[in-house]
Amino acid sequence: MAMKYRTLQRHFRESLKSLTRNAWMSFASVSAVTVTLILVGIFALVMMNLNHIAENIENDVEIRVLIDIINDPEEMKVAEEKLMKQVKSLPDVAEVKYSSKEEELKILIENYGEDFSLYEQSNPLRNVLYVKAKDPEQTAALAKKIEKFDNTYDVIYGEEKVENLFNFLNTGRNIGLVLILGLLFTAIFLIYNTIRITITARKDEIEIMKLVGATRSFIRIPFLFEGLWLGLLGSIIPMIVVSVVYYNVYNKLTPKIQGKMLQILEVTPLIYEVNLIILALGIFIGVWGSFMSVRKFLRVY
Amino acid sequence: MIQMKEVYKKYPNGVVAVNGISVDIRQGEFVYVVGPSGAGKSTFIKLMYRDEVPTSGEVIINGINTSKLRRKEIPHFRRKLGVVFQDFKLLPKLTVYENVAFAMEVIEEQPKVIRKRVLEVLELVGLKHKIRMFPNELSGGEQQRVSIARSIVNMPKVVIADEPTGNLDPETSWEIMKIFEEINAMGTTVVMATHNREIVNRIRKRVITIEGGMIVRDVFGGDYGYEI
Repeated sequence: MAMKYRTLQRHFRESLKSLTRNAWMSFASVSAVTVTLILVGIFALVMMNLNHIAENIENDVEIRVLIDIINDPEEMKVAEEKLMKQVKSLPDVAEVKYSSKEEELKILIENYGEDFSLYEQSNPLRNVLYVKAKDPEQTAALAKKIEKFDNTYDVIYGEEKVENLFNFLNTGRNIGLVLILGLLFTAIFLIYNTIRITITARKDEIEIMKLVGATRSFIRIPFLFEGLWLGLLGSIIPMIVVSVVYYNVYNKLTPKIQGKMLQILEVTPLIYEVNLIILALGIFIGVWGSFMSVRKFLRVY
Repeated sequence: MIQMKEVYKKYPNGVVAVNGISVDIRQGEFVYVVGPSGAGKSTFIKLMYRDEVPTSGEVIINGINTSKLRRKEIPHFRRKLGVVFQDFKLLPKLTVYENVAFAMEVIEEQPKVIRKRVLEVLELVGLKHKIRMFPNELSGGEQQRVSIARSIVNMPKVVIADEPTGNLDPETSWEIMKIFEEINAMGTTVVMATHNREIVNRIRKRVITIEGGMIVRDVFGGDYGYEI
């Protein structure tokens, strides 16, 4: 027999009533949800930023190909064009940019000051090809291939540093993933336990309801609603905390790291995403926790 | 109405609580179930509201064989019975009114029907002025009256009571008995397990005596039948 609409309304009312009449139990459950969701929220912020920084660094890894100097400008041009074609034909290459030695000097002066303008008279630099790999982790292999081409004076890409960086980032991400899974598991277990205790305290009530002839769903649904409210209430403070904390961190940190590689994510889309995660997780944990706990006592007839 | 045929109940721990009981209780009867502690009274009562099923034999209530009930049908079966316990079994977080209304919400009755009927039965048990109180604010006798109100709110044909006066003082017990007599006078079958000699001797009804899991005496209008 399908449940009547007025019974659904009744369950809705009943869940709110139960929430207030079991105020201390509700408070305990909401606190548990709040604490864990704050942890999860802050962890999510850190992880998403780490990921973002890692991506930034990865995208920044370039290979600098210094080109041999040939005295005859015509020959030099032909050699450079040949080299460019060779590099472009490699399957792993995403982008090739040519920069003349004059442009290189300009960048040098911009970055390190007017002292270098002395070299404008006689530029000791070389023309350069900037090469980006499709997959940043392929950088080392790609550099080795380019080294074998004619007319390359040197191929520079930070070698070990880049490799170490990738290793570091990969381990970091893996550790982060394990940590976040562990944290989630602990959180769900903690909340499951708290909700279970609150429902165990009401085990007798469930027994009585059964004696009066209540069906399983009639007993269960108000508890599920209650779990939903606990989850929702438990996500409010974490959402505020995460938003305020990140807003402040962002505003304090951004001026200091302007123009560096370590860019952190903008406030707006990130906060919405993390808040959504918190809310969804809160609802899930609340409803699931109630479901699991009630199930145990409903089974016996 | 209530029929037991060669009922035998053995618990998993080996205790034989009911050892071959056959009994027939008709519509409108008032029956005391007496006997020493551990004689099988409680099991006899539990078999009636399908808290237990017989190991062998048949228990038929309102024409339904309790052994053949599927788990999903048990709630619907219990709605047709009223059950009253020694420890009242009220929901502690619900008010007097809500406790009684719960039994009607379970059968998805209309709210206005619920309101009317709940006030009616609370008036019958004399608690209409305490509908907003919680069980722990009431005396034992008042709690038992709420529990009785809940048991009859859906107008069952049978009310089963397991030592309803067990926790009450003599005077309160008489008040409770008056309510049961009224319920019985309205045509409802009442089956009551009790230890209360005075009540059984004063309000003469059918008395079924159980000892060692068997019916040893079944007398209409009888007395308690034990000397102190």
